[in-house]
Amino acid sequence: MRAAPPRGRARRGRAQRWTAVAFLAPLIVYLLLFYAYPLYRNIELSVHDYTPRAFIQGNPEFTGLENYLKILSDDAFLSALRNTALFTLGSIAAQYAIGLALAVFFHRSFRLSAALRAMFLVPWLLPLIVSASTWSWMLNSENGIVNAALRAFGIGQINWLTSPDTSLLAVTIANIWLGVPFNLVILYAGLQNIPADLYEAAGLDGAGAWQRFRHITFPLLRPVSMITLLLGLIYTLKVVDIIWIMTRGGPADASTTLAIWSYREAFGTGQPDFSPAAAVGNLLILIAFAAGLAHVRLQKESA
Amino acid sequence: MRAWRTVVGVVLVGVMLFPVYWMFNVSLTKTSDMRADPPHWFPWDPTFEGYAAAFGQQLPALATSLFIGLGTVALTLAVSLPAGFALAKLRPRGGRTIDFLLLVAQMIPGVVMAMGFYAIYIRLGLLNTVPGLIVADSTLAVPFGVLLFRAFMASIPAEVMAAAQIDGASTWRTFVSIVLPLSRNSVITVSLFAFLWAWSDFIFASTLNRNSDVIPITLGIFRYIGNNTTQWNSIMATAVIASLPAAFLLVLAQRYIAAGVTAGAVKD
Repeated sequence: MRAAPPRGRARRGRAQRWTAVAFLAPLIVYLLLFYAYPLYRNIELSVHDYTPRAFIQGNPEFTGLENYLKILSDDAFLSALRNTALFTLGSIAAQYAIGLALAVFFHRSFRLSAALRAMFLVPWLLPLIVSASTWSWMLNSENGIVNAALRAFGIGQINWLTSPDTSLLAVTIANIWLGVPFNLVILYAGLQNIPADLYEAAGLDGAGAWQRFRHITFPLLRPVSMITLLLGLIYTLKVVDIIWIMTRGGPADASTTLAIWSYREAFGTGQPDFSPAAAVGNLLILIAFAAGLAHVRLQKESA
Repeated sequence: MRAWRTVVGVVLVGVMLFPVYWMFNVSLTKTSDMRADPPHWFPWDPTFEGYAAAFGQQLPALATSLFIGLGTVALTLAVSLPAGFALAKLRPRGGRTIDFLLLVAQMIPGVVMAMGFYAIYIRLGLLNTVPGLIVADSTLAVPFGVLLFRAFMASIPAEVMAAAQIDGASTWRTFVSIVLPLSRNSVITVSLFAFLWAWSDFIFASTLNRNSDVIPITLGIFRYIGNNTTQWNSIMATAVIASLPAAFLLVLAQRYIAAGVTAGAVKD
């Protein structure tokens, strides 16, 4: 005979469930209104032909996937995709390498190490407009400090932001600088979780610094490294501010990534064109999502 | 000893923070020296004309940003504190789904959010308004806030809450008089980040408030750059002022930052 649960507890359980819902309600309403609805509007924009007039009157023509097809066959698409790949992969590879080197350097504490490590957070805390305008002036062709320093080594003027050959590199350098602190902090926290006795044992076996790094640090840091790179990828894919402030995607689209393309179509010109902009934005979400799924797959394989 | 590490560390910080030094240096450089060749490495003969211009022209924008930042903090806390508590302690149905949604929410590009908000605001008449910008800016911090509060509140011992409930306190009372005071540090962490992200926001400001007379400081600097590219000391002086909240955070609230970075591990 199965005993029925005491009535009192059942009632209390139900009451508790309703209490939980009540406490969650603001968040649920918030997520629906300010995430789900903008996202829905964005999808809706991308499958209609929203001219500026239709945008205000709200009577656009339904065009299905036409905006997506138009974008994929646009000449600008391949160049934006290439720029996105270069910008994103270049940024996260360099951020990770520099961040890891610094994390290893700071791993053994020394005099002032905590204070110096904290100083590395500065680029990450500054408003992007501040960093971007500072870098713009530093990379200024005639009066920038970077070219002045290069001149001292006999290197001629480089038009960092105004030449199509270097503008993507210039914004990538600024973005690497911005991303190093984040990589440093996460990788440093990861290093703290590697048991110290492993290093002691390796030291007794006569392993050098490089061998310890190669055979202990790097393999044991793998899960942290993967999540750092994934977050870096997702974050870098959607970067708009730094590029827009420094080059506006130019000259001649040379530093136009997918995110910049989307931003410019929607807000960057006098003629807002929201439908293709929304389609490009949704494409970006798909890429980020694919990266997230790939990460989950990789994690399962290595587990 | 290991003194060489300190020396190397100082040099590395010097390299890393050179752009910050340069901003400061340019902010004190005379307009007539701005195009000197080679550039002046140190402001031997400083001028405060840049700061005078910055305060003269950007004070309203600074006040707007301050207001927007505080509003964003209030909205973020109001939404994420009870939600974090529910997820940590009340074991609601669908809690894991919400976790997942919060992670996905942080993946959405800012430009996509901006377009969505734009499309909604244009109908509601919320474009170019401060409340509209506060709501949009809060989306930068709410997922982070919920996840951080949940992680922190999960570590509050169950006995503490059980004791309150035996005394007859309702869940709301327990939340307000037991959980909230214990969560002080995490409230500070989330508030600081919500403020900083709202203060630093450029995407929402440049899309939702671009035709407004009431603009935040990020947009003030952006318009500055567009308008007069010769007055770099004024631009950099404004940039220095706009960096003050970050400097304040680093000096006075560093342990809260460290807590936030490692617990949340995500910045939009």
